[in-house]
Amino acid sequence: MSLLEIENLTVEFETRSGGLFRAVDGISLKVEPSEIVSVVGESGSGKSVAMLAVMGLLPKTAHVRADRLTFQGENLLGLAPAARRRLVGKDIAMIFQEPMSSLNPCFTVGFQIGEALKTHLGLGRAERRARSIELLEQVGIPSAESRLSAFPHQLSGGMSQRVMIAMAISCSPKLLIADEPSTALDVTIQAQILDLLVRLRDETGMALVLITHDMGVVAETAERVVVQYAGRQVEQATTFDLFRDPHHPYTAALLAALPERATDKRLPAIGGMVPGQWDRLAGCVFAPRCGVATDLCHTVPPTRAAAELGFALCHTPLVDGRPLAPRHPSAGNGIEGVTA
Amino acid sequence: MTNAASANPARDVPVLVAENLVKTYEVPGGLFSKGGTVRAVTDVSLSLAPHRTIAVVGESGSGKSTLGRMLALIEGPTAGHLSIDGNDVTDVEGHRLKELRRSVQMVFQNPYGSLNPRQTIRKTLEEPLLVNTTKSADQRRAEALDMLSRVGLRPEFADRYPHMFSGGQRQRIAIARALMLRPKIIVLDEPVSALDVSVRAQVLNLLADLQEEFGLAYVFVSHDLSVVRHIADEVMVLYLGRVVEKASKDEIFADPRHPYTRALLSATPVADPTRRHERIVLSGELPSPFAPPPGCVFNPRCPIAFDRCRIDRPQQIVDGGHLTACHAVEAAAAG
Repeated sequence: MSLLEIENLTVEFETRSGGLFRAVDGISLKVEPSEIVSVVGESGSGKSVAMLAVMGLLPKTAHVRADRLTFQGENLLGLAPAARRRLVGKDIAMIFQEPMSSLNPCFTVGFQIGEALKTHLGLGRAERRARSIELLEQVGIPSAESRLSAFPHQLSGGMSQRVMIAMAISCSPKLLIADEPSTALDVTIQAQILDLLVRLRDETGMALVLITHDMGVVAETAERVVVQYAGRQVEQATTFDLFRDPHHPYTAALLAALPERATDKRLPAIGGMVPGQWDRLAGCVFAPRCGVATDLCHTVPPTRAAAELGFALCHTPLVDGRPLAPRHPSAGNGIEGVTA
Repeated sequence: MTNAASANPARDVPVLVAENLVKTYEVPGGLFSKGGTVRAVTDVSLSLAPHRTIAVVGESGSGKSTLGRMLALIEGPTAGHLSIDGNDVTDVEGHRLKELRRSVQMVFQNPYGSLNPRQTIRKTLEEPLLVNTTKSADQRRAEALDMLSRVGLRPEFADRYPHMFSGGQRQRIAIARALMLRPKIIVLDEPVSALDVSVRAQVLNLLADLQEEFGLAYVFVSHDLSVVRHIADEVMVLYLGRVVEKASKDEIFADPRHPYTRALLSATPVADPTRRHERIVLSGELPSPFAPPPGCVFNPRCPIAFDRCRIDRPQQIVDGGHLTACHAVEAAAAG
């Protein structure tokens, strides 16, 4: 049994005009214990929303549906709010992109770390203090004891993110979701934070879902990658395979547009932009920007390719950079057995 | 391109020369704190020719944006000299300064904050002409529409407001606005760091096209070394307001000498999972600019610091166009 199983997750938001906006459309993902999975995509790809749905942190206007959404076999969608609160923050924890704004400015670091320890583990004052010091030392904060009485404004961005991580791991979670944990930080601090997350995984065996838009971070940290585009999951593969031979044209174009992979003075940019809220298309969502799109792509939604083709959501998945012949739309879809 | 540059002598005459620029800020004391002086930028020199790009690299707090603002004549330097197109601008004031400012323009990081939300795009683009030239309304309008198409936007967009555009399009508008007065130099302060990968590539290509077309000189302020590697001709690495290393792009990336540059390069994630490399992870963070450490400012975080680094401030040593300020590099070169 996988730690986290998501099958065909769809999230829709009520809009002011009365319609529904589909932010996440049919995402499937399995996460095994002590695995690092990365969810990559540009802004608007629904990568954060999908994980917020797992955490149950979406507002009331969100409609979450899934064929299966389980954590350790327990159905998250049918869970009573009180039962869910016992789980979230303890067994599943999350850290966010903006460390400076995710800490409460009115309380000391020590109080905020202690809160989870009190709620979930029921520790007493002295035990909380001792555990908090231990946690701050674990995430590499010097003179941890004196930092307990510090307020968030007295900490730098890197320090705040360490405190956030300390809070997240305070109850030894089995799954940590990190939403762009290092994006707001400088590269040298980013390296420290990523090393810390990988080290914690090695020590505690927790699984890590890393949401990011930075292909470099993915290549250096993750073992498996899910690529999302406009709310859909377009490809899923091991990091090594994805970078060696991307099967979806979007993944291929994304990798080619990276400045460090460029050989020419001009980058092979992807023309156009991510489809907006109202231009949901009949065929493949990437077709208007795709270099190898055919008439079929503009009219018929693609099905998922097999595992060896990275479950690419594409009529003509690429192999070694060349598109395969279009498959018959009724050909099998590879949603089953996503953990190849 | 390098060959073409040496063939044409006009291309080798620098349009921007900065000598020992210093910027300090006085911070007034408050109820609980003592005032002090922040040395944001110390002794920075550079020269830049048309068609060339110099990248200014460093972490937040390294003074790279302050330097950009000085070069764009938004703020005057506390000491040092700055000349644009052969004119010393250090002590120039009033009308003359306004005239010189036309040749340097700036593009900011956040395209959401740098455009006036209550002005149409056409108004935004016309404003530099309205303020600085005596062109007629028709002329201004024609030039604005022309510039819009040059940055890859449709002229029909001219009467729309900024909120109707995506981040990448807004950055194109900001670039178009900077180009309206036909400047010689553009200071780009993190122009692509707020953009997504696919859009980032479009904007970088646009910048390269415009540089070729107008012979622009770019000062490219960035913390993203993969972008710098793509766009820059020369790279200057700043740490706590001081230049620690400066060399051509190829030299910096092939042979980084200063331990800070090396750490920065090794910390930059590379999109290649087969590459296993030793990451030099720097401990600690940038020290407070109020109280820079004695000796070399980098010594508290430096993995190879020795006694002298904690006492003496290293001098800038130039070795074949490759400038470094480090005792260890100096000792290695001498011995």
